[in-house]
Amino acid sequence: MSQTQQNSGRPLSPHLSVYKPQISSTLSILHRATGVALAVGVLVLAWWLVAIAGGAEAYDQFMVCMSSIPGKLVLLGFTVALNYHLLNGIRHLYWDTGRGFEIDSLHRTGWMVVIGTALLTVVEWALAYGMV
Amino acid sequence: MAEFRLPKNSRVGKGTNHPAQQGGNTRKFNIYRWNPDDGNNPRVDTYEVNLDECGPMVLDALIKIKNEIDPSLTFRRSCREGICGSCAMNIDGTNTLACTKGIDEVKGEVAIYPLPHMEVVKDLVPDLTNFYAQYASIQPWMQTETPVPSGRERLQSQEDRAKLDGLYECILCACCSTSCPSYWWNGDRYLGPAVLLQAYRWLIDSRDEAAGERLDNLEDPFRLYRCHTIMNCAKTCPKGLNPAKAIAEIKKMMVERKVA
Repeated sequence: MSQTQQNSGRPLSPHLSVYKPQISSTLSILHRATGVALAVGVLVLAWWLVAIAGGAEAYDQFMVCMSSIPGKLVLLGFTVALNYHLLNGIRHLYWDTGRGFEIDSLHRTGWMVVIGTALLTVVEWALAYGMV
Repeated sequence: MAEFRLPKNSRVGKGTNHPAQQGGNTRKFNIYRWNPDDGNNPRVDTYEVNLDECGPMVLDALIKIKNEIDPSLTFRRSCREGICGSCAMNIDGTNTLACTKGIDEVKGEVAIYPLPHMEVVKDLVPDLTNFYAQYASIQPWMQTETPVPSGRERLQSQEDRAKLDGLYECILCACCSTSCPSYWWNGDRYLGPAVLLQAYRWLIDSRDEAAGERLDNLEDPFRLYRCHTIMNCAKTCPKGLNPAKAIAEIKKMMVERKVA
């Protein structure tokens, strides 16, 4: 709300509540959300490193937490966020070269990122379970 | 800081229903109303329109409502053929021109709001003062230092002229700028897609000689760089233009002049 809006008594027209979600803006806000999630997820990474430094007992504690169902869900969310942010980040770099702005190419690369995220995540978890 | 909720005086209440006089092929139009004189909050009124006696475009329905049902309904319109940009509004969830949007393009009830996140003057009329001031700030006219060639205009090759295609068609209807979440949250400092497309239109004009100053003016964390490639602008432009691409080209020019 701008200063003039407060003073004029005029209402502000509806925005988020009336604008239809677009694939463009949805993927964009997801990029920011996954970025925030990754920043928070780094705390888990830090905990892991601290646990290693803290000795066998601390490390066991970390492993028990992360092997539980909620722990695995956190890790799953972290990998999904990482894959999405990585792939969409590449999309952003491509845009920075001035390419990929046509609407059809926008849709194509958008869906590539979404499908790529799903595939990468499946492959990563399959690898993780295959190696355990 | 972005304010996601509407201020108290802007929350939309229930309005009145204007049912169709007689049957026929009717369609409901749910239209945002706000009257500056009655001190009430905005509301959404519903009008039932017989499509058999109405032109094909959303603007035709608005004019029919104003003529036959409710003369107090207020909106801007002029050319009724997509060249003046007056009837830009939010129809069925996206911004477009009422005169080029077919009623048959909308499924079910037709929701009509003013351009999003703008001060409302009345009903569907937004205050475009800030938008026009931002347009003026990019100095949208040709600036030169070299003397005018004697006896002729400043000429331009066909290739240079072609660079203006996809830019000169902009009618400044503000559909793109008011579809942009970044412009919603920072419209006081971010120039927005429409004005940046216009800025680029002058930056790549081979006859203009003020590119350096123009880029200096845009080199700012807000004016240019609040564009996060959200791309709602290109999705919604009723003229099929691509402001996001023009902004990307300006960002490239910024880098290129630093590296060069």
